[in-house]
Amino acid sequence: MSAENRRKKAEHIRHLLDTEGDSVRQNTRVFNEGRYESTADLDDYERLKDEARAIKEDAIERLPELIDEVTEAVEANGGTVYLADDAADANRYITEVVDGRTAVKSKSMTSEEIEVNEALEADGADVWETDLAEFVLQIADEAPSHIVAPAIHKSREEIAALFDEVFEPADPPETAEELTRFAREHLGEKIRDADVGMTGANFVTADTGTLALVTSEGNARKCVQATDTHVAVAGVEKVIPSVEDLRPFVELIGRSGTGQDITSYVSLLTPPTDSPTFGEEALGSGDERDFHLVLIDNGRMEMRDDEDLRETLYCIRCSACANSCANFQHVGGHAFGGETYSGGIATGWEAGVHGEESAAEFNDLCTGCSRCVNQCPVKIDIPWINTVVRDRINRGEDGDLDFLVEGLTPDEEPGGVDLQKRLFGNFDALARLGSAFAPVSNWVAGTGPARSVLERTLGVDSRRELPRFERESLVDWFADRGPRVDPDAARERVTLYPDAYTNYVRTERGKAAVRVLEALDVHVDVPAAGESGRAPLSQGMIATARSNAEAVYDALAPAVAAGRDVVVIEPSDLAMFRREYERLLDGDEYEALEGHSYELFEYVYGLLENGAEIDALPDGDGERVAYHSHCQQRTLDLEPYTTAVLDDAGFDVATSDVECCGMAGSFGYKSEYYDLSVDVGETLADQFTTDDTADRTVVASGTSCLEQLDALLTRRPAHPIRLLDARR
Amino acid sequence: MTAESLATFESSLDEVGVECVRATAGGFEEAVAPLLEEPAVGAPLPFEGVSLPDEVNTDPTVADLEAASTGVTAAGYGIADYGSVVIQGGPAGEEPVSLYADEHVAVVAADDVLSDMGAAFDRLAADVRDGAGQSIIATGPSATADMGALVKGAHGPMDVTVVLLEGR
Repeated sequence: MSAENRRKKAEHIRHLLDTEGDSVRQNTRVFNEGRYESTADLDDYERLKDEARAIKEDAIERLPELIDEVTEAVEANGGTVYLADDAADANRYITEVVDGRTAVKSKSMTSEEIEVNEALEADGADVWETDLAEFVLQIADEAPSHIVAPAIHKSREEIAALFDEVFEPADPPETAEELTRFAREHLGEKIRDADVGMTGANFVTADTGTLALVTSEGNARKCVQATDTHVAVAGVEKVIPSVEDLRPFVELIGRSGTGQDITSYVSLLTPPTDSPTFGEEALGSGDERDFHLVLIDNGRMEMRDDEDLRETLYCIRCSACANSCANFQHVGGHAFGGETYSGGIATGWEAGVHGEESAAEFNDLCTGCSRCVNQCPVKIDIPWINTVVRDRINRGEDGDLDFLVEGLTPDEEPGGVDLQKRLFGNFDALARLGSAFAPVSNWVAGTGPARSVLERTLGVDSRRELPRFERESLVDWFADRGPRVDPDAARERVTLYPDAYTNYVRTERGKAAVRVLEALDVHVDVPAAGESGRAPLSQGMIATARSNAEAVYDALAPAVAAGRDVVVIEPSDLAMFRREYERLLDGDEYEALEGHSYELFEYVYGLLENGAEIDALPDGDGERVAYHSHCQQRTLDLEPYTTAVLDDAGFDVATSDVECCGMAGSFGYKSEYYDLSVDVGETLADQFTTDDTADRTVVASGTSCLEQLDALLTRRPAHPIRLLDARR
Repeated sequence: MTAESLATFESSLDEVGVECVRATAGGFEEAVAPLLEEPAVGAPLPFEGVSLPDEVNTDPTVADLEAASTGVTAAGYGIADYGSVVIQGGPAGEEPVSLYADEHVAVVAADDVLSDMGAAFDRLAADVRDGAGQSIIATGPSATADMGALVKGAHGPMDVTVVLLEGR
């Protein structure tokens, strides 16, 4: 990306933070908290997710067969099915059916995807959005900022001003209730006078030709009820085998989306139905109803054949990935979205239906923090889809190698990968050099001219403090020092993995980890092992990540083969071992390493549970501590080990509950994202500057979190292992 | 239906803001009378020995529906865990009657209160295969958060009351 494009992007994000950030933040947080509460009430949440996932896997596997089956079922009921290749094909068919008549619509993202309103209007038909949020957007002529609550970026005051301006009512509505009444009455007339009702479909069952519509306002029911022609638009992926298969989705979709146990209405329609329709004055017989199901391919069958994008088709568009995403919570879908879709999974949808260019607009906003992974009701590995598409975008771009970066980037990537991405993706090489030439490298990198060059050429924001490399790496320190516990007398023997940050930058936490483990009678070894691949992976450089992963495996394999456990300090690297290595290493290798790897506090907790004495460590003596766990650590459910151990050691621990610190590795260094990163980070900083937390010692597990907290607080944060180090 | 399901149903209804009134077939008219605010519309009830009071208009025009304060229909079954009622729309007009009035009064037989969503879907699937063209799982009043705060009563009813018909 050129410096000019970075500047424009930063400006766009700043503009959205100023204008829409507050509304988006308030609304997504309500949804996010609601989801945590509502899913916690569900006894069989995990089983329902597994069931939903299995149904989708099966449905997409058998999709061509199910499309035939649903076509037969709908036609047997007396309806029509049209299978549209693409948006133009769908619009041509729908335009013919509508034939210039007035249509009322309920909310449908798929109809946004094909832009059917524009096609119908060009043909002379009137089209009215009846979902209140879509109605607001229609009269404001704006795009959705959220896939479930499309006007999430607009405040009540803005909507009131809009109604006032457009309708000039004698008695302008102001409260949410008045605005709702006003819109209901206005749209009620449109619904009564319309001839065609258009809906989407959350699910379509192949066995019976039944549509399931998940709604709350009642407008979808009215659009179908009041008209005698019903056009339902749905992507082909919405077809599932049977009516019974709807059950897990009905229990999960509202909870996962807006945090409601169930939405007001789940309509199961097997059209054409015999419910009476509206005539001029009297109700008319429903027997003459006309039903058209338009199933849209528009790239989906190709996604089905694409090993990495296929999972996207399991998406039920609940918005959990958007609501649980720290970046999305702050900037919304107008930045974190493409032509139609927004949020984490949007990268898959946009790449599949509109092409990689649309995904490229916002794909970098996924930092791979993984908070969405456990929230997705169909267990899609959303960060992986973002990584794969990033890799494809990287490879699709032409460009030449730059002398400045080439020497620092011994990677596996082709020319054309953005220089900024290559720089951050090769952090290991950079850190090795930085360390070798420290402290001179730190002085040079810190000077004004150097920072200015870094910002101009590589987009490294000069407002960020750069990491300071240590001259002596952790591995070198340990090689000189040697282990201090007799291996034969040791309680356990472990290998401490020296991640690139701990090895070259934050050596103190590595040394503290060694001393704490030794205090618990553990024999520690610290072999040179290289960077885990997290750095290149986060830039979408999968080949480099794989090569790093293989090198790490080779370095750690002897210890694992000897039955020793691997202890990992940096949560994002442990997450590599536990999650991403499954995709980067051979199955046996992945399982061997994954089965023997532990986060540092997880391991210490295990030692204490198995006979080690907490008294061997310094007493916390009630010291008040504020602890921020790391996003990927929380996804792996590893936060409780740190709090439990600190508690046990006598510390008084308060914790943060933000989804992510906003730094996310390289993200917060990038000049185009610096403002967003800080905006996200401020939420965390706010939690650590309350009356209860302002005087607490701040600790955080992740390197990035420490950098962010260091930048935003006046207290200097440290890794929690430092609290347990007798040398503290 | 068990006593436990009914208790769960009542507490779930309470959580979603729905009043629940218990009535026997014989006491139905007396129980439903205070719930009717005129003009009232309705769809004939399928329960033996139970009929709608005379003031309930069971053959409404479009204008009657839009003006209605109360709409009374039967619900095919209730779902205890969620406080939901399943409205099965047919030629008698259950769908528009339950949708247009300010308040929907849903009459459900205690025998038809099912414990959970699993049981409900067994029943829903059987009904669909038997030709039920329209089943709405309705939980509480219609609602929206699109206008800057949660509002009960969006396009559909703003109030829902369930009459639980016992001892059939």
